Amino acid sequence: MILALLLPNWIGGHSSLHSHGVQAARIENLWWLMFWVCSAVFVAVMVATGIAITRKTLPSGPPGPIAPQSRRRMTRVVAGAVGVTILTLFVLLFASVSTSRAVASLGAPKATVIKVTGHQWWWAVEYQDLNPSRIVTTANEIHIPAGRPVLIQLSSADVIHSFWVPSLHGKRDLIPGHDSAIWIQADRPGVYRGLCAEFCGHQHAHMDFLVIADPPDRYGAWYNAQLASSTLPATPSQQYGRQLFESGPCAVCHTIQGTDANGKLGPELTHLASRRTLAAAILPNTRGNLGGWIVDPQSLKPGSYMPANNLKPDELQAMLDYLGSLK
Amino acid sequence: MRRGFIVVPWALALGLALAGCPREKRDFRSLPADSARTQPVRLVTLQPGSVLPAQKFSGPYDGNAYGISQGERLYVQYNCVGCHFHGGGGIGPPLMDELWVYGGSGQNIHDTIVQGRPNGMPSYGAHIPDDQIWMITAYVRSLSGQVEKPAAPSRSDELFPRPSEQARPRQQPKPEKARQPG
Repeated sequence: MILALLLPNWIGGHSSLHSHGVQAARIENLWWLMFWVCSAVFVAVMVATGIAITRKTLPSGPPGPIAPQSRRRMTRVVAGAVGVTILTLFVLLFASVSTSRAVASLGAPKATVIKVTGHQWWWAVEYQDLNPSRIVTTANEIHIPAGRPVLIQLSSADVIHSFWVPSLHGKRDLIPGHDSAIWIQADRPGVYRGLCAEFCGHQHAHMDFLVIADPPDRYGAWYNAQLASSTLPATPSQQYGRQLFESGPCAVCHTIQGTDANGKLGPELTHLASRRTLAAAILPNTRGNLGGWIVDPQSLKPGSYMPANNLKPDELQAMLDYLGSLK
Repeated sequence: MRRGFIVVPWALALGLALAGCPREKRDFRSLPADSARTQPVRLVTLQPGSVLPAQKFSGPYDGNAYGISQGERLYVQYNCVGCHFHGGGGIGPPLMDELWVYGGSGQNIHDTIVQGRPNGMPSYGAHIPDDQIWMITAYVRSLSGQVEKPAAPSRSDELFPRPSEQARPRQQPKPEKARQPG
């Protein structure tokens, strides 16, 4: 904790103590209030203990009766201390409840609604819209407009997960069969890391995601780009890669809009090359990492449901050419 | 101190026993290529010349609880349930009884999934990695009680009108008496 306080800014992309959203700011304020109150109580207790230890001792021998005057003083001191303790606890209780109420909802009528589904061990992201042709599906990367409230609808496909972007808000559990929701808002554009905060199996520690807050115009441009179908192959190699993707094991689990690949078990790959990371934000999205992930995912994320693929070198290169073209 | 002399060897023995338990083994890496079969699979018992011993290979995940539970997940996700339902059959034949049109050994079931069969069973060979097919094979065998009981699923996430795979009586496979295709 001391380390967290000393660090000038967040490391690894997330910290509850460096808030970037209105709700995280309230949670951070509550945290600091509790920190200073508890520190004050700790110091007071230590001082009282020190005084008790260093006080001059009574003469030895059996203790005599306590004088009535001294007894009254003692009663007053104890009653006063109990009163202060109760008052302090009520102050903390009030601060805690009012913070909970304040962060529970941002209550904007026309907010962006994003459905996030937790899977072992990645996040499916679907932008809701009343017009079905404007629904965008992606994975492990949530773009939001900065400075505007966003409603995240949460559900789980298998076991209990927990959605946590420490720089923006507290945690919210994803319980199978019980949908929940959380409001978030990023005050400034930036990249904030989120993670699964409830143990969910082997790769729980590798179940991260990025929240990318863009200025509203850039967000709109990103959204429109995501609405498009996948890029058509431009070279023979990309064409071969697409053919391999559609006819092999890839298409059983993954979807690329505009192709025969429409599996629903794994992350959507329609605009894979536009994403920053791979495998639930554990690897930067580079050609080398993608190749390693396709050929031997179990050495990167043991137990992950992505199976190894025995591609010949030219097949792998064609596959990487094609996937790299999916901007 | 004296206690440590007793506890440590027992703990070591228990640890070694558990480490050697095939039920709990989890192989995340894909199977090596040599797990592929060496003999062609026979669908009938009629053979010319001297009769070869029955094929016993039931698959690498047969007594492995992790492999069977993964097979159960894949059985649903790859939509085996679409035709075979949860073992009771519907569009496809039931998998929880003793009748096997194309043989009930692990090898037979694996090949049926890989190659497909006439009259409706699609071929999944190019679409599902081989080790996952072996996991599904192990789960399909557990539906009729062919795997060791401790390794079979004892509870399912589905709403079941029947007992779990573990509580199911073992069916004796009868490939010959099954109805012939075509």
